[in-house]
Amino acid sequence: MSATAWAWLVLLFPLLGSIAIALGFRALPQKAAGAIGTISIGLAFACGIAALISLLGDEPEARHHASSLYDYASVAGLEIKLGIFVDPLSIFMVLVVTGVSALIHLYSYGYMQSDEGYHRFFSYLNFFVFSMLLLVLAGNFVLLIVGWAFVGFASYALISFWYRRETATRAGMKAFVINVVGDIGLVLAAFLIFRELGSFDYGEVFERAPEVFTTNEWTIVAICLLLLLGAFAKSAQLPLHTWLPDAMEGPTPVSSLIHAATMVTAGVYLIARTHVLFELAPTAADVAAFTGLATLLVAGTMALVMTDLKRAIAYSTMSQIGYMIMGVSIGAYSAGLFHLMTHAFFKALLFMAAGSIIAAMANEQNIDRMSGFGRAMRFTSMTMLAGALALAAFPGTSGFFSKDEILAFAGARGGIYAAMMVLGYAGALLTAVYTFRLVFRILPGRPCPEARELIDTGHVAHEAPRNPATGEPEDTDVGFPGPEHHIAEGNWPMRAAMAVLAVLAIVGGWVQVPGLDHVITTFLDPVFEGSAFAHVHPSAGTEWLGLGVGGLISVAGIGIAYLFYVAQPQRPAILRQQLRPLHTLFVDKWYFDELIDLLVVRPALAVGRFANRVFERFVVDGLVTGTEGTVRGAGGVVRAVQNGFVRSYALLLIAGFAGLALYFLLSSS
Amino acid sequence: MTSEWFVVLSALLFAAGAVGILIRRSPMVILLCLELMLNAGNLALVAFSRMVGNGQGQVFAVIVMVVAACEVVVGLGLIVAIFRRRLPLNVDDLRELRG
Repeated sequence: MSATAWAWLVLLFPLLGSIAIALGFRALPQKAAGAIGTISIGLAFACGIAALISLLGDEPEARHHASSLYDYASVAGLEIKLGIFVDPLSIFMVLVVTGVSALIHLYSYGYMQSDEGYHRFFSYLNFFVFSMLLLVLAGNFVLLIVGWAFVGFASYALISFWYRRETATRAGMKAFVINVVGDIGLVLAAFLIFRELGSFDYGEVFERAPEVFTTNEWTIVAICLLLLLGAFAKSAQLPLHTWLPDAMEGPTPVSSLIHAATMVTAGVYLIARTHVLFELAPTAADVAAFTGLATLLVAGTMALVMTDLKRAIAYSTMSQIGYMIMGVSIGAYSAGLFHLMTHAFFKALLFMAAGSIIAAMANEQNIDRMSGFGRAMRFTSMTMLAGALALAAFPGTSGFFSKDEILAFAGARGGIYAAMMVLGYAGALLTAVYTFRLVFRILPGRPCPEARELIDTGHVAHEAPRNPATGEPEDTDVGFPGPEHHIAEGNWPMRAAMAVLAVLAIVGGWVQVPGLDHVITTFLDPVFEGSAFAHVHPSAGTEWLGLGVGGLISVAGIGIAYLFYVAQPQRPAILRQQLRPLHTLFVDKWYFDELIDLLVVRPALAVGRFANRVFERFVVDGLVTGTEGTVRGAGGVVRAVQNGFVRSYALLLIAGFAGLALYFLLSSS
Repeated sequence: MTSEWFVVLSALLFAAGAVGILIRRSPMVILLCLELMLNAGNLALVAFSRMVGNGQGQVFAVIVMVVAACEVVVGLGLIVAIFRRRLPLNVDDLRELRG
């Protein structure tokens, strides 16, 4: 079978799974629903592998295939096909998405066991995977927008999964609204592309773009900036990032899958996919690169002070995506995508470990209350350590190779980009510190009551479920985190998923070691061979130098964290006192929420209030009542004639005829 | 005898019928007045026909008689129906069709 046939199958399985679970939720037992959900993603992954093998059978130059099922619209030069585009980039994304998704489905199979909404969860999750695959496989901008909007909806549905939690439904709405802002950008970009190039098809657009546009012409810059609006909203880059930390209200597997490994990296994919356009608009690419840089630094500082475990990891996700956005914007496409892959491994793993710990804490997410889990949960803490080492770019782990590759490329481009490299390394130091702040506060130390109970009795602490954000008791009847909690210890699906990811988080980077092998770059090369930066390569020597610096920074960061949180635990409080304004700034999230409130929400509310109180009342109501009054008045005049007195009709008739006769008499004489 | 007298008589009859329609309330009398007006018209038609010297006007008069007969049938039918339902035989009281 051809690569495109396999790719269609990749799309088919998650869709079938989602529909089967959704329609059969009364008939299917719980375990069957989970199994269908997991197996359908597993099959999609297998088909992805098959597509990869089929693609590798082609010559490198011929590794792109478009396929279309039917013409959605075909009028007046507008051709919209239900078509997919299979090339190394889309297959790479398919493999990352389906691979990580399959493991997270497996994890959810165990983690969500006692939840009342188990079927709903798996149906949504399969739908999400389908949408994400549609996004990465789409062969034209229209289908891309469809996938883009579908993942936004799936994200909304899963954030608000525990729909009796007001905080969760609000977070869902916030995520949806901000994502729609991005969707609008993407749609407008597609309109502009169609106006200038007359096509939505990737192949045609990317072929014609260099002929039609001159470098940095305003239209191409506008197109790229609008694309970036979509990418920033989806990938939680400044200033459209505020939804991501709030999205942690969803169940932990959702945070792991959507808000760490896959959906939030869609922006990176978008920039890589449209790199032809971005290279024609270096200004827009620089905007993206600097936004990525700013995001990675700002998010790093916020991750440093968050006390909510999941939110801290969410800020770290933002920060890592900042690296990827920066990478693909400066031309380090395969490095950015390589980081996307390793990040998917270790961040999904970190969320899984966090989920296990949060379950052991009976849904408590505050790290101030956690300690001593190193002894209580051996397996979870080992995997968490693996994920943390990879995130902190500890020498030899996957994050070590991928992050440094981006920074080395920035260095090789020189000029202003070299400054990016320096700041990127500063961000790496932050990363190591905040990651190991979490590790050192949760794993070692005197066990907290919940950890103690786990050590002494081997049972997970159970309390009445409470909302971690507000502390209110929760209703477990209608799809809530059930009364039972499930931790990785003694739960084979969770253990299996975490073990695989832990191995990948450590060794996943070895596919691309400078000077030794470069599997990812070689594989992705056919997509980016036309790029202006295809021949910018840092030499192996500089790369190893960068790796050395990166390794030192990582170890230094871990050392600082050790000093602060293990050796001298009183230090952080003193430092907080000394740097109070800075600490307040970080804890209050740089006042981005307040800024958006002031600049966007309040003016919009004021306009709405004006429209309601003045425009609606006087203009709209005035028009309506005016029309009504006119008709009523005219009707009244006509009604007066129809009074029912036959004799008066006769009088009118006779008078009328007499008048007519008189007129003709007078006019004839 | 000139035609003018016929036309004057016709006009007087027509005016008498019209006034009758306007001032009387009984549907029966109104029908009679209508007949009067129609026949005033007939008289004028026949007079003009004789004046001009061909039979066309008389043909019109016959047709008007046919129409008048039909109209009387309908009108009397209405009156009988109103009478049977014991409604007042007074056109001013029969005003359900008021707008």
